Amino acid sequence: MRPFSVMVIGGLMSLAWASAHAADGQKVFTQGGADPAALACIGCHGADGNGIGAAGFPRLAGLPAPYLSKQLRDWRNGTRQQAVMAPLAKALSEDEITAVSAYLASLPAPATGDLRRQPIANDPTLRLALYGDWNRHVPGCIQCHGPGGSGVGEHFPPLSGQPAAYLAAQLNAWRDGTRSNDPNQLMVGVAKAMTPDEITAVSAFFALPANLEAKP
Amino acid sequence: MKPLLTAVLLAAGSVHASPVTMEDQSQLKVPNAQAQPRFVPPAEGELPDNAFGKRVREGHALFVDTRRLMPEAVGNGMNCSNCHLDQGRMAHSAPLWGAYPMYPAYRKKNDKVNTYAERIQGCFQFSMNGKPPAADSPEMTALSVYSYWLSTKAPTGVPLAGRGYPEVAPPAGGYDFKRGQQVYLEQCAICHGKKGEGQKVAGEYVMPPLWGRDAYNWGAGMHRINTAASFIKYNMPLGRPGSLSDQQAWDVAAWINRHERPQDPRLVEGSIEKTRLKFHANDGVNLYGQKVEGVLIGQGTGR
Repeated sequence: MRPFSVMVIGGLMSLAWASAHAADGQKVFTQGGADPAALACIGCHGADGNGIGAAGFPRLAGLPAPYLSKQLRDWRNGTRQQAVMAPLAKALSEDEITAVSAYLASLPAPATGDLRRQPIANDPTLRLALYGDWNRHVPGCIQCHGPGGSGVGEHFPPLSGQPAAYLAAQLNAWRDGTRSNDPNQLMVGVAKAMTPDEITAVSAFFALPANLEAKP
Repeated sequence: MKPLLTAVLLAAGSVHASPVTMEDQSQLKVPNAQAQPRFVPPAEGELPDNAFGKRVREGHALFVDTRRLMPEAVGNGMNCSNCHLDQGRMAHSAPLWGAYPMYPAYRKKNDKVNTYAERIQGCFQFSMNGKPPAADSPEMTALSVYSYWLSTKAPTGVPLAGRGYPEVAPPAGGYDFKRGQQVYLEQCAICHGKKGEGQKVAGEYVMPPLWGRDAYNWGAGMHRINTAASFIKYNMPLGRPGSLSDQQAWDVAAWINRHERPQDPRLVEGSIEKTRLKFHANDGVNLYGQKVEGVLIGQGTGR
């Protein structure tokens, strides 16, 4: 349920742009949207869209287009909040959101290992990643995010290739209630059941590609 | 038509359904859900680093990655761990520690005393719609060793609290497919797909299909609406067990189990009706061989 005004403005902007030319996803990525406030993604998310790990700016390359569009729309309508992304998303037209999401989804994702449920896990972080902790109703990360955390479908984004700082920030945001745009509140429950130390450890785990190789 | 059918099925269910949701072990009681599970299987760190420990590890790997490791034996998109959550450890999710110490046991399903290996063969034949490994195969040995290890210090022949899937009483007003469809689309489709098709990554299922060619077949215990309702109520959605009402669990179980799936491998003389009479008429609440909205259920998926 987007506010009416946003829908109207979005609709008008789409109309204006559709009459000129269809939005160019690559152009939004490299140069920004028609509105100068819609800054180019490339500035923070890197030339290849793989993010900037040291700064905690997330990878966008190869993420599912519907997931990316949903996040941009959620920032636009306030159901996801972040000081930089919210005004930026509000400056994008509906067309631009669709186009840039499709473009980002088409960018090559970094190669991800095939770590899957198979070894018995004694290490607590590996156990959390593969099998979860069912005393707290926490599923293993890869049960929903796929082998190697490579992502599943349009609702379960990749964890692999994401900076530890980004993963930890999201888990902490769900935990303290500042992020709540997960479908069916699937992540809120998981994050609230985790300890701060576990959040740090599991975020670091998925950020290191060597951890995501299949164990013999 | 539908309310009548529902009433008939529920009547049948209330007469014939034993208080045991894991109907196959019908002489054994599933302890009430209120009974607090106390048994704790051994921790991973307690696993000895010797020949026995190696076998446990093998059995565990087969249990959680069944389809990939046993492609000959699994004919659909399922792993053992899809129906037995937390690697076969979780209470109210048919944990292995609740099953292993109860065998050998008589099962109404095949009218004989079954060894534990024969019980697992049933899982492969029905829930995994495949070809069961031989009782003396290395795979079966590994699965049995893993189960035995999880049962360390469990008493033999004592129904432990937390075994099986606790019964969820049939709702007074019956179940409803439309409501079930709505629950499905809102709560289940995000993982299992709008058409019950599951979700794959690189050709392998990550989230299991619930109906269609790659799902459990018409002979699996999960095809019973009462059993599926019990599983769902205590295990689904993943990470949010107990979040659905009893009514929702029954409604969505009925919606899932009105869809076609591979034929019952026990099909009698090619006849759905004969198969219904022999294997389904007194098997809890199920739709096999019944008509739903004019369509005969139980025709299979051609494989």
